[in-house]
Amino acid sequence: MELAITLFLFCAIVATAIAITTIRSLFAVVMLSGVISLLSALLFVLMDAVDVAFTEAAVGAGISTVLMLGTIALTSRTQKDIKRNNLIPLAVIILTGLVLIDGTLDMPSFGAPDSPAQTHVGAAYIARTADEIHIPNIVTAVLASYRGYDTLGEVTVVFTAGLGVVLLLGGMGARSRKRRQEEEG
Amino acid sequence: MDRLLDPSFVLGHMNYWLFVVLMMTGLYIVVARGNLLKKIVGLNIFQAAVFMLYISAGKVRGGTAPILTDNPGEAYSNPLPHVLILTAIVVGIATTALGLALTTRINEVYGTIEEDEILEIDHQETEREVAAILATSAQDSANA
Repeated sequence: MELAITLFLFCAIVATAIAITTIRSLFAVVMLSGVISLLSALLFVLMDAVDVAFTEAAVGAGISTVLMLGTIALTSRTQKDIKRNNLIPLAVIILTGLVLIDGTLDMPSFGAPDSPAQTHVGAAYIARTADEIHIPNIVTAVLASYRGYDTLGEVTVVFTAGLGVVLLLGGMGARSRKRRQEEEG
Repeated sequence: MDRLLDPSFVLGHMNYWLFVVLMMTGLYIVVARGNLLKKIVGLNIFQAAVFMLYISAGKVRGGTAPILTDNPGEAYSNPLPHVLILTAIVVGIATTALGLALTTRINEVYGTIEEDEILEIDHQETEREVAAILATSAQDSANA
């Protein structure tokens, strides 16, 4: 039953993604990408990744939708109808997809407890967290304590991106005012 | 090929195949659509597919979320993919924000966010510059 729900949600996400390829209205595209985020948050809960689901719902469906809405408000609301040759991209993705599917054939089946991913270091963290960190949530323990330096690095990445956004968009209002003045006088 | 007829094999690998389809849909949007905002949405879909793959790999049948319970025999799903993907989601939103800022800046300068129109404007600009350089060099040689 759980597998059936997982596969159903997965199919819904794929269908939404395919709808995004054909829709011209950018507002609808942004909303559908929010839908994908929410559906994947549901899927993460089903696959036991509650912390990830939390972040995806807040960041993916919340912040990124708001940022994209801001962008379409500043740029344009519809994708222009420009004829392109789509045969080459289609051939490329079908080929890449087939290669990837060929790669998955040797993977352990979904949820197998004896797959290589479960039998190495993950089990050690589960066994040691209670004694060493004294909190029940293992994901938090790994994120903030065992791999705290990685999280510091992540914060650096976010800071750099924020700096980039400020440098790119800083003074935009002043520039547009100046342009308007030049046009008038 | 016999394995593809085995229902338990197909059900156990369906997740991975759907993830491949999702990833390729994202890649298709990035490659085949010229609108810059749509390209960023495509990148996000591609990224979401990678998240799915990792979280799928961490799932243990009959396991529960990796939050310690009082039951000593409890099976937990693998917490490490969750940690990796948490980091990836936050870094993903940072790159998305940067991409959207670039899109807005491009729109400010070019007045469009369609890739083909931007290339066309660039092309005309280059032609005009080349023509100007040729004109000045012709004038120089005439003066000499």
